[in-house]
Amino acid sequence: MTADIETFAKTAEANTPLRMQVLRNIRNRPTASGAAIAIAILVLLALLAPVITPQNPYDLASLSVMDNRLAPGETGMTGITYWLGTDAQGRDMLSAILYGLRTSLLVGLTATAGALAIGSVAGLLAAHFGGAVDALLMRIVDFMLGFPSILVALILLSSIGRGVDKVVVAIMLVQWAQYARLMRAAALVERRKEYIEAALNFGLPTRHILLFHLLPNSIGSVLVVASISVASAITLEATLSFLGVGVPVTQPSLGLLIANGFEFLLSGQYWIAVFPGIALVLLVMSLNLLGDRLRRSFNVRGP
Amino acid sequence: MSETFFELRDVSRYFRSKPSLTQRIVTALGRTGPPPALRAVDDVTLRIRAGEVVGLVGESGCGKSTLARVATGILPPSAGEVFYKGRPVTELTGKDRLNYLLKVQMVFQDPYASLNPRMKVGQLVGEALRVHKLVPKNEVGERTRGVLKEVGLDLGYMDRYPHQFSGGQRQRIGIARALAVEPDFLVCDEPVSALDVSIQAQVINLFMDVRERRGLTYLFVSHDLGVVRHISDRVAIMYLGRIVEIGTAAELFAKPAHPYSQALIRAIPSAVTRRRRAFTPLKGELPSALSPPPGCAFHPRCEHAMPICREVRPPLVQISPDRSAACHLHSTSESV
Repeated sequence: MTADIETFAKTAEANTPLRMQVLRNIRNRPTASGAAIAIAILVLLALLAPVITPQNPYDLASLSVMDNRLAPGETGMTGITYWLGTDAQGRDMLSAILYGLRTSLLVGLTATAGALAIGSVAGLLAAHFGGAVDALLMRIVDFMLGFPSILVALILLSSIGRGVDKVVVAIMLVQWAQYARLMRAAALVERRKEYIEAALNFGLPTRHILLFHLLPNSIGSVLVVASISVASAITLEATLSFLGVGVPVTQPSLGLLIANGFEFLLSGQYWIAVFPGIALVLLVMSLNLLGDRLRRSFNVRGP
Repeated sequence: MSETFFELRDVSRYFRSKPSLTQRIVTALGRTGPPPALRAVDDVTLRIRAGEVVGLVGESGCGKSTLARVATGILPPSAGEVFYKGRPVTELTGKDRLNYLLKVQMVFQDPYASLNPRMKVGQLVGEALRVHKLVPKNEVGERTRGVLKEVGLDLGYMDRYPHQFSGGQRQRIGIARALAVEPDFLVCDEPVSALDVSIQAQVINLFMDVRERRGLTYLFVSHDLGVVRHISDRVAIMYLGRIVEIGTAAELFAKPAHPYSQALIRAIPSAVTRRRRAFTPLKGELPSALSPPPGCAFHPRCEHAMPICREVRPPLVQISPDRSAACHLHSTSESV
């Protein structure tokens, strides 16, 4: 009798869509659900930044240098209360952080999406064609992964210059290789399954088999790893911007804000560097926690 | 109309393991030859007449599935030639090749691996129709529903994913997918061995119904002798990549000629026999196809092995009007 109930429960579990299972898995974990909520709030704040911030930190005309380095909570000449203080240019830190969040998220997401696309295609081609194509692509991947990513990105950016688009390209170039390797491994397993043979038996075009059979069945683990890699892309961007080769000064990301406030840390004006720092930590930590839970739910091993 | 419907002529399929870097260096230095090839299918000739059901029997690992894949065009043969309606399929291109691929369909062994888990049943069955535009777009759904009904599946299942079905239902989906492109030859690679016994009978009956309705030809690969005897007109017995005996089902099961066939048929469990049979199971295991024994591949396990069996590989020779066997017991009189 109990055995019957157990089998029933198992069947029910097997019949619940994976999506629902994962959602339940996240909801039942306070850290994961907390992280999900934090991410939702941060993304919302970033999206709504132009509407909710008291000041446009990129519009130099609206800044007043007289208001520079005001402590959190002080009210400036323009009548705005700066809840998180101002920086050396008299920029409202709250506004700057929200706009910085926008830049950081934009760079992190687009770079990850780009790297995912390049890596998936490369991995898929390597797995499907094998032989020389596989050898060539995988040697490039080995070569890319052999260098510390920060070093490659630094060299790249110092030769092509600063800019949001350039940072995205640099991060894409250092991150695609890990997706390629994962994708290849997953596709190699799927390729041996009989449904691929069935597709060959129907004389379906290679492009069709790759796109509609191999890709959807291999990409699961890669997507999960990508969700964790958004955090590392954001960290990488912050590091590059902190080092002064990332985004331009006129469009500061969180990393650049930290760099700007860095010199005032020891003079007691902690807020210029610490608040963007807290925002960055919150964002990266939430992304990592959620990504990690996703990884466990889908039972994927890390790169 | 004398052309053979389907023929495998001297077909072999080898698998070569990819040499490692060190092996390649050693080979390049001339120390050793290239690594040995695994002869999954070794010089097999098989003619199939239209409308016939040919059973292909053998132990696990004897090359049955590889032969099935060569027949359907999933794997190219390493040597030899596959003929479909009298034309060698390697010479077919474009439309003719597609026609061969579609007309010769395969039903797979594992109903869990043979259906794309990310596609709904309706998409899966109608896929080839859609991609190759075999029927007008608005008729794909109709054709799909038609074959699903034919294999006994509820039409309400069109929007479900394969994982929501049982093994037997999945196998029906696989059959429907093959039937959707209107094949005339079905190669079934152990289509019921992964199913429960109760379901096996249903699926086999389905195969027979479909055959009657559509006038199909079958190559039915199996290691279940009971099933093969039940449905086949002719039976081929395979051992280590070669056909060792072929003949009509009734004759072969009544009086097997090759010692290996004899051993196989002796091993069929019987529910009716009361008397105790002298049952001597085959000794030993299937030798490695990487280094098959010299001479007759079966000689290490054969109770009739003679000196010649260790040296000369017996050819497949005709021993009665519709029967051939590859054994020195039957060929010595003519060859010497």
